[in-house]
Amino acid sequence: MFDWFAQLGKNTIEFYARLGREVLLFIQTLLAIVPLFLRPGLILQQLYSVGVRSMLIIIVSGFFVGMVLGLQGYNTLVDFGAEESLGVIVALSLVRELGPVVTALLFAGRAGSALTAEIGLMKATEQLSGLEMMAVNPVNRILAPRLLAGIISMPLLAALFSAVGIFGGYLVGVDLLGVDEGSYWSQMQEKVDFDQDIVNGVIKSFVFGIVTTWIAVYEGYSCIPTSEGVSRATTRTVVYSALVVLGLDFLLTALMLE
Amino acid sequence: MSNSRILEISVGIFVAAGIAALLVLAVNVSNVGGFSSGKQYTITANFDNISGLKRRSSVAIAGVNVGRVINISVDPVTFEAVVEMTLDSSFNEVPVDSSAGIYTAGLLGEKYIGIEPGGAPDFLEDGSVIRLTQSSIVLEKLISQFLFSQSDREEK
Amino acid sequence: MPEADNNIVRIRDLHFSRGHSKIFNGIDIDIPKGKVTAIMGPSGTGKTTLLKLIGGQLKPQKGTVHFHGENIPAMKTKKLYDVRKKMGMLFQSGALLTDMTVFDNIAFPLREHTELPEVMIRDMVLMKLQAVGLRGARDLNPSQLSGGMARRVALARAIALDPEMILYDEPFTGQDPISMGVLVELIRSMNDALELTSVIVSHDIQETLAIADKIYIISQGKIIGHGSPQEMNESDSPWINQFVHGEADGPVPFHYPSRSYKDDMLAGQIN
Repeated sequence: MFDWFAQLGKNTIEFYARLGREVLLFIQTLLAIVPLFLRPGLILQQLYSVGVRSMLIIIVSGFFVGMVLGLQGYNTLVDFGAEESLGVIVALSLVRELGPVVTALLFAGRAGSALTAEIGLMKATEQLSGLEMMAVNPVNRILAPRLLAGIISMPLLAALFSAVGIFGGYLVGVDLLGVDEGSYWSQMQEKVDFDQDIVNGVIKSFVFGIVTTWIAVYEGYSCIPTSEGVSRATTRTVVYSALVVLGLDFLLTALMLE
Repeated sequence: MSNSRILEISVGIFVAAGIAALLVLAVNVSNVGGFSSGKQYTITANFDNISGLKRRSSVAIAGVNVGRVINISVDPVTFEAVVEMTLDSSFNEVPVDSSAGIYTAGLLGEKYIGIEPGGAPDFLEDGSVIRLTQSSIVLEKLISQFLFSQSDREEK
Repeated sequence: MPEADNNIVRIRDLHFSRGHSKIFNGIDIDIPKGKVTAIMGPSGTGKTTLLKLIGGQLKPQKGTVHFHGENIPAMKTKKLYDVRKKMGMLFQSGALLTDMTVFDNIAFPLREHTELPEVMIRDMVLMKLQAVGLRGARDLNPSQLSGGMARRVALARAIALDPEMILYDEPFTGQDPISMGVLVELIRSMNDALELTSVIVSHDIQETLAIADKIYIISQGKIIGHGSPQEMNESDSPWINQFVHGEADGPVPFHYPSRSYKDDMLAGQIN
């Protein structure tokens, strides 16, 4: 009986201790971002491995998602004789939802898992310990540049995704299915609002950038330093990122619609 | 050396492409630069009924978009709807005796406010109130009026 | 804490446990300046943990680790990182950064901690590489190095900042006889030439006895003996005697004494 309570108490305490450590580490990492601007080389390196290397998958996926939206949207709208609104449908779905969300999911799979594996392996091979003993704080040298690169990359990647997707929808809708080119763009421009839609989309992808990169970095940094531990941490990164992104997306959308 | 050069160039391309995509979204896809950037002034108008008008609905003169509705409230005394709207300050020579009406774009389209310019020498400015208003046409009322008038005629 | 005699590190009454297992149960160690001190003991006695405690990567539950008269466990993060600049550590795996060449690995601490121009860094790196005999391997990646070479590169990196003390974690483990000889030679000569203080954690008796000035033997969380290699060799304590001469049977808990063995078994059943 008391054992049960003791176990519950112990688990609760451990949970909060872990949460506290994670929050503290997050704050330390954020603080460590500021001095990074004196060393742009570190950010450049990470922008390359986090951003540039995710570009291809983002562009290709965005293109296909846009084309599918064009196809599906056209088939639904044509029943109501409203196929001129195709541009609005494609643009709004991409800019508000699919751009930030799908980009974040792909980013977690492409860059997030790589970050976790990289940091986890550095831990397993004592490289992080080695840095500490060389008086180089891994939080400043390893975690902070990666987090910053993720935060910078995500909105850019999401914008690329949306832009390419709108172009894909245009190819299918206008070139293939014969929607009037003028109304594709003009209806889009009339109905897509800069503050309401585009800025909100960018805010979303910014938040997703912080969250997914942090999950990836933290899972790698706190993993059990064995090959099994690293592989589990990598899986956790993808799963947690996907869940948190989708959950946060609902929350943010609800907040933005008031 | 050439390695870091490739790195710099590819990151440059990435950032430039991302920013270009953002610009495309802002300029080509959305209606930025229309009214959110320039100077604006606010006027109000009271309506008996605004049914269907929303915040951010557009304000038009002769069918051309000149501003947006920014707030809708109810006057606690007269129970009229008080509609605040911002107009782009490039349209700063709208006569004070202009009238405002609530119209529908197309049969099922959105409601918007149309301003019919009057002929007075003074112009609307920040804080002005439009006195002459025509309320939203409520379809249900119209139909019932029509039906009643029909039945009245039959009775005679 | 007055700086007594010429000990660079003073460990007093150190207790450390991980989970339920006690690793150190009140140990005292003095590491004299300019000497090679070896800490020996069977596998699993927490020798690596001891190095991490000295380096401040772990915090003891009780006791003090004084480095130059300052207590390491009580230091704030920033102070700790400053102190670590005076220490070098050679990890068992080398812990080289895998995304850089040998040259960049050795240049790394210099680039992180100094504002030296690249020309000077190049000279210094080549000097360190020359000292470990690997100047020709500067453009290789860590993955292309053999275990012994990796350890020598790591050694060059550990001395890059000219530390006062180097901690060696199992430097001889898994080395072929030739690279073992090279490492023994390097550790001794570097200690004397650079006026370093060396701390070696190892269970390779012959190599360690050959270069150490002072030896501590740990077993079951306690110091069971210390002294010069000579004293160790001639010790009439059956415990030390058995460890030093590697006899399979004897009183030393190479094979755990039955009482605590039983305790262990019981402890296992309770959990």
